[in-house]
Amino acid sequence: MIKKCLKAFYIGLILLLLYAPILLLAVYSFNESDLIGTWGAPSFKHYTALFTDPAILGMIGNTLLLALIAAVLSTVLGTVGALGMFYCKKRTRTAISGVSQIPIINAEIVTALALAITFVTVGMEKSFFTLVVGHMVICTPFVVLSVIPKLKQMDGSLYEAALDLGASPAKALFKVVLPQIIPGVISGFMLAVTLSLDDYIVTSYCKPSTFNTISTYVYNATTKGNAHTAETLSSFWALTTIIFVIILAVVLVANLTGRKKKEERR
Amino acid sequence: MKMPRFSRKTLCIPYCVFLIFFVILPMLVIFIYAFTDKNMNFSFGNFVKFFSDPTKLSTIVYSFVIAIVTTAVCLIIAYPVALILARSKMKRKFVLLFLFVTPMWINFVLRVNAIRELLNWIGLLGEANYFNTIFGMVYDFLPFMILPLYTTMMKIDNSLYEASADLGGNSFTTFTRVTLPLSMPGIMSGVTMVFLPSMTNYVVSDMLGNSKVTIIGKFIETYFGTDWHMGSMIALILLIIVFTSTALTGGFKSEDNVRGANL
Repeated sequence: MIKKCLKAFYIGLILLLLYAPILLLAVYSFNESDLIGTWGAPSFKHYTALFTDPAILGMIGNTLLLALIAAVLSTVLGTVGALGMFYCKKRTRTAISGVSQIPIINAEIVTALALAITFVTVGMEKSFFTLVVGHMVICTPFVVLSVIPKLKQMDGSLYEAALDLGASPAKALFKVVLPQIIPGVISGFMLAVTLSLDDYIVTSYCKPSTFNTISTYVYNATTKGNAHTAETLSSFWALTTIIFVIILAVVLVANLTGRKKKEERR
Repeated sequence: MKMPRFSRKTLCIPYCVFLIFFVILPMLVIFIYAFTDKNMNFSFGNFVKFFSDPTKLSTIVYSFVIAIVTTAVCLIIAYPVALILARSKMKRKFVLLFLFVTPMWINFVLRVNAIRELLNWIGLLGEANYFNTIFGMVYDFLPFMILPLYTTMMKIDNSLYEASADLGGNSFTTFTRVTLPLSMPGIMSGVTMVFLPSMTNYVVSDMLGNSKVTIIGKFIETYFGTDWHMGSMIALILLIIVFTSTALTGGFKSEDNVRGANL
């Protein structure tokens, strides 16, 4: 009994530590104070500040747009690539997947520096295009990794059967192979979205100087400081709270629907 | 004449082209920069300069120490968590596991900013730069340690614990002879996944260490502004460290997917 209590206490303590910073910001986001530690009247002013500052709204929009474009392109490239790799000879497959793992294992700073220097060396201006390429470099390998296992589980003779029954290769791939690997494709896409949303280092090396995402904006505001810092910093509390609530909701919904499906199958 | 049959292999061509241009070529470019001087003549100068400069070497040592401490603290905190969760008979323990992973989905920089505000509130910001950096890194990389440990521990067959008890092992022997050796693969991949970012991710050290803590990643960043050849040399050295340590610890396993997307 004592052992059980100790275990519960330990888990609770670590969870409390893990959530303390976020909860602190969440509580103060509903307060008019600009400084944590001084308590003022309850207010929504940080939320209004967040939704009326064009610079902040712009960088939130940029972040979402970039994540969506990079994730869609990575998912297409990665899924098609995984299909091709799967049907290659073993030696070719090992070679491609080896290279494909480089961005996963490599330190992000090395990937970022190498890309940035390469862009300059071949004479490419930093633009939205280079930024998307940078994000694709970190996302696509993860898409490949989540699609390959589904291909391995697939029954290979189904594709042959579709061809024998007169389907064109394209039709067979779309109607027979794709439906079987779609869970891997979706989880690859989700992974690409989260990786892109989260990224700072590659973004800061590949972005044009006027373009900001949440990561680069917050980093610059906290480390370099600018004129309206106090207000800007406290509107980040509101932003953190909103993102946290969205994530909690997504996790809850995903969990509940996932459970339901599993139970239905039984 | 018969049309040549469509080969599914050709589907990998776009990805191969992408990898050649944006993964292999950049690696070659930093390799070339690392071994050339300002006039693009071949030179070992950067290599020699790097290893003969005590300030550069001490940065590397500091960076290693920070990474080792971070990894050790993460392991000490995460191991019991993973063990308790894995062996718990609770029906809804996946909810608990999700609670440990959820903070990872908040934007990384916002998360570090939250710790910054917390430390500022306590009064540590700007006072204990090294402590703050390690604190932030442990906070941020803890899930990377918990997940692989948990997945390996879930694979340990319960009957092994019973067998150990039947054969007279007390809980300590069971731990040292059964649990620990069988969870070794999880420890290995957790250690790799925490150690490498804590050597290179300079966002944490910049935002929490008051820009006073320089880790290898930051080092490369500063050279990016001034001397690409030196920056590339340090990047190349880092690359070698990373790939050797990955090879030593048994490589990256796709099932320990970074963000727990496959939970």
